[in-house]
Amino acid sequence: MNLHEYQAKQLFRDYGIAVSDGIAASSAEQAEKAALSLGVSKWVVKAQVHAGGRGKAGGVEVVDKIEKVREFADKWIGTNLVTFQTDADGQPVNQILVETCTDIDNELYLGAVIDRASQRLVVMASTEGGVNIEEVAEETPEKIFKVEVDPIEGTSDKDADELSKLLSLNESQSSQFRSIYKGMVKLFLEKDLALLEVNPLVITSSGDLLCLDAKINIDSNALYRQEALNEMRDTSQEDDRESKAAEWDLSYVALDGNIGCMVNGAGLAMGTMDIIKLHGGEPANFLDVGGTADAKRVAEAFKIILSENNVNTVLINIFGGIVRCDVIADGIVEALTVMGVSVPVVVRLEGNNAAVGLKTLDECDLNIIPASNLQEAAELAVKASKGEIS
Amino acid sequence: MSILIDKDTKVICQGFTGGQATQHCVQCLEYGTQLVGGVTPGKGGQTHLDLPVFNSVKEAVSQTGATASIIFVPARFCKASILEAAESGISLIICITEGIPTIDMLEVKVRCDNLGVRLIGPNCPGIITPGECKMGIMPGDIHLPGKVGVISRSGTLTYEAVKQTTDLGFGQTSCVGIGGDPVPGSSFIDILDLFQNDPKTEAIVMVGEIGGTAEESAAEFIQSNVTKPVVSYIAGVTAPAGKRMGHAGAIIAGGKGTAEDKFKALEAAGVHTVKSPADIGKGVAEITGW
Repeated sequence: MNLHEYQAKQLFRDYGIAVSDGIAASSAEQAEKAALSLGVSKWVVKAQVHAGGRGKAGGVEVVDKIEKVREFADKWIGTNLVTFQTDADGQPVNQILVETCTDIDNELYLGAVIDRASQRLVVMASTEGGVNIEEVAEETPEKIFKVEVDPIEGTSDKDADELSKLLSLNESQSSQFRSIYKGMVKLFLEKDLALLEVNPLVITSSGDLLCLDAKINIDSNALYRQEALNEMRDTSQEDDRESKAAEWDLSYVALDGNIGCMVNGAGLAMGTMDIIKLHGGEPANFLDVGGTADAKRVAEAFKIILSENNVNTVLINIFGGIVRCDVIADGIVEALTVMGVSVPVVVRLEGNNAAVGLKTLDECDLNIIPASNLQEAAELAVKASKGEIS
Repeated sequence: MSILIDKDTKVICQGFTGGQATQHCVQCLEYGTQLVGGVTPGKGGQTHLDLPVFNSVKEAVSQTGATASIIFVPARFCKASILEAAESGISLIICITEGIPTIDMLEVKVRCDNLGVRLIGPNCPGIITPGECKMGIMPGDIHLPGKVGVISRSGTLTYEAVKQTTDLGFGQTSCVGIGGDPVPGSSFIDILDLFQNDPKTEAIVMVGEIGGTAEESAAEFIQSNVTKPVVSYIAGVTAPAGKRMGHAGAIIAGGKGTAEDKFKALEAAGVHTVKSPADIGKGVAEITGW
């Protein structure tokens, strides 16, 4: 789950990490009031969306007149911001962040993430801040410095000082960096983060360190124990169908093709998409019904798959381990009957109680095409999607 | 021979009396697994599935002599349950539960390693040695005692690989689902090493997926340490970049961890790769000449 910049910065403040003074506003009036209360004459105004690339898309401006703050708020709040990280419709802007403007001497990068290779929390820093850090990582990896945090021993000033040295910070900056570093590691571990990123971390013209941006992603598995963060969820930033699917514990991602897929298990779901493509078809979605699918969830999965207008065929591929194939079969029959589904539905059931499930499908008179293995299922679905069988 | 478990392995179940655990323990018992009891705090002294229930793993171990535990407790209690097992003399822990916070696993992994305890999972289907012992949620009847070792990050794709090697009559020595989480208890390399050293295993099937660099590391290991033929399929060639595919692990970040990268690394290491999940069994036949 992602947070907005203004929410992330509030967490930074709670952990003693230096950020600019700023106030989030959801209307032009609020923005104006916020700007005046900051007691400065130059502001940075930033559209709040769950996407990077806001600056290039016009979603961040430096302004020195209070009318301009108002104008910016009026222009963006209630509209969508399109950046290179969003889809063509963009993300809705419900708030802007009004901040004091900072004079910058130098831009650095600071990030923290769970590194799968070392199985540690890794803090990364670079002198190449303010630019695309992925390009830096690819082209000049020697410019990215890393320290690992021991899961049992924790971290120390020594780790912070090592990074300070590599970043060529002076003595007072190093001491500021210690508190940013320690605050960041503490925040990461206590709040179950999956990613924390400050790009840029700047050295101001007066020589101080300040976090100008803040990106936080939270481990969804830990939301049960992070109630306060859970309340920060902004569903307007999430894909409607994906949120709807999540309500039913279904994992769904929309794609561009015409073969709707319903599969149990993320790996097999990806494998099913791959084999459809190999046979010349186009998958319309990724959908994992999970291990405990019942009739109701299968019906919901159908609704989500068929809400995509392009879908002209559905491929159901279930290899029952946890999930029982007879339960899935009941769900399929119920859903097809209630919803009056007219597109061909190719079904492959294998594993736990598959024989009972197949009998159920065999005995109903719906437009179901049974398949005896994965290869045949893919071939039949691709043919059906091209109108060669029905 | 087999790896990790066989007909003599004494197994307990943590979270024994829960619904999922009960359903799967019944199937494990029917398969012939030597399940000797279970743990549910507060229910010690009762019997469940005609087996004794204990309040703690320590008690269960001392009363039954179990060396392996299969865990079904809810995600929020898994860290405590895994550590309890590791500190109570269990040497093989299989955690089926999905949804464990990654930060919990960072510590669990280090503590299990320090204690010399083998952890499989979390978020995995478990392990099976066909015809001998099933510690997991896989459908038993698709397996056949035989000569292929199967390792996979995904549950249902493991079944796919198993079914194909069974249909062709090759059978399996053992099948291990290591799970799809960012911090798994055991890696591909850990299990590849076991299969390389198991005399009965004549070929290895490794099923990977996008995200992370576990397959690339495995490729390096195979090149210098594995002499047995390896067949590999990687799921997610068609997955869009940056999208999350249900497994916390399967994220393509910064151009690393794509299926193409993994296929390339594996092929460079002499692994026979297949592009379709339906061709895994065929791949084994081609590379072994069986």
